[in-house]
Amino acid sequence: MNPRFAVGSRVNVRRGNPPGHIRTPYYIRGKSGVIERICGEFRNPEELAYGRSGEPKRVLYRVRFAQKDIWPGYSGQVNDTIDIELYEHWLEQ
Amino acid sequence: MMDTVGHTHTGPHAPRPDHDDTLTHHKMLEIAVRELMIEKGILTADEIRVAIEQMDARGPHQGAKIVAKAWTDAAFKARLLKDGTAGAEEAGVQMDHATRLVVVENTPDVHNLVVCTLCSCYPRMVLGLPPDWYKSRAYRSRAANEPRAVLAEFGTRLPEHVAVRVHDSTADMRYLVLPMRPKGTDGYDEAKLAALVTRDSMIGVTTL
Repeated sequence: MNPRFAVGSRVNVRRGNPPGHIRTPYYIRGKSGVIERICGEFRNPEELAYGRSGEPKRVLYRVRFAQKDIWPGYSGQVNDTIDIELYEHWLEQ
Repeated sequence: MMDTVGHTHTGPHAPRPDHDDTLTHHKMLEIAVRELMIEKGILTADEIRVAIEQMDARGPHQGAKIVAKAWTDAAFKARLLKDGTAGAEEAGVQMDHATRLVVVENTPDVHNLVVCTLCSCYPRMVLGLPPDWYKSRAYRSRAANEPRAVLAEFGTRLPEHVAVRVHDSTADMRYLVLPMRPKGTDGYDEAKLAALVTRDSMIGVTTL
């Protein structure tokens, strides 16, 4: 495994809106967060969904976002967060 | 009382439609695929029955066993938080390796809440089948964008300084919340502690 991003580094989620089976929730596209952990390498579910091999495997991260950065008018506290599993091909620095 | 075809009944036993009398597209698809797999010798009916029985046998009692062990054994808790799948197996829960378990710990300063906004991913190996509300669109959207309001509806009111940490289960991880051990349980053994641990506390919608 050769992850592009290190734990603690800030990443942006790509804004793309491709058709088909996508595992990056719409609400998080274009947002900025911090790598919480590297989960390992997994076959790409966006390919597996169509009966393809899902190879090469993709690095999966957990990325932590501040809730106030995600939802306009978020009603909770400033230190509230949401962690989301995101594949490397959806992240950029 | 009027039923759907307009007959009037006065007795207490008006007929109601059965829930299993409509063959939807997906029900037919499941039957067709199942029968084909049996005909082709890929699976037997008995193997399918065994798999269903194994699924039905899983439940929150397994998660509770893991939680109680973590409460009583600090070294185990450290291993569990580092690798949830290995920790669950160490606690005697059989895991499949299709997904990996991540255990997230509640503390006096952090409260964890699990959701799957895309569908209904749930740590079935340790909690069994998910409750219906977990799969509802209302929970899946509101747990993400107004978790404190959702928690309040479950009767969970957190002090303002406690950070709410939502986990959206979008890919290959599954999440189990390690609730805080209730006060006044110092002398309890693992079995007695496990009996206190509820399903909802391990999803994170309640505390103990």
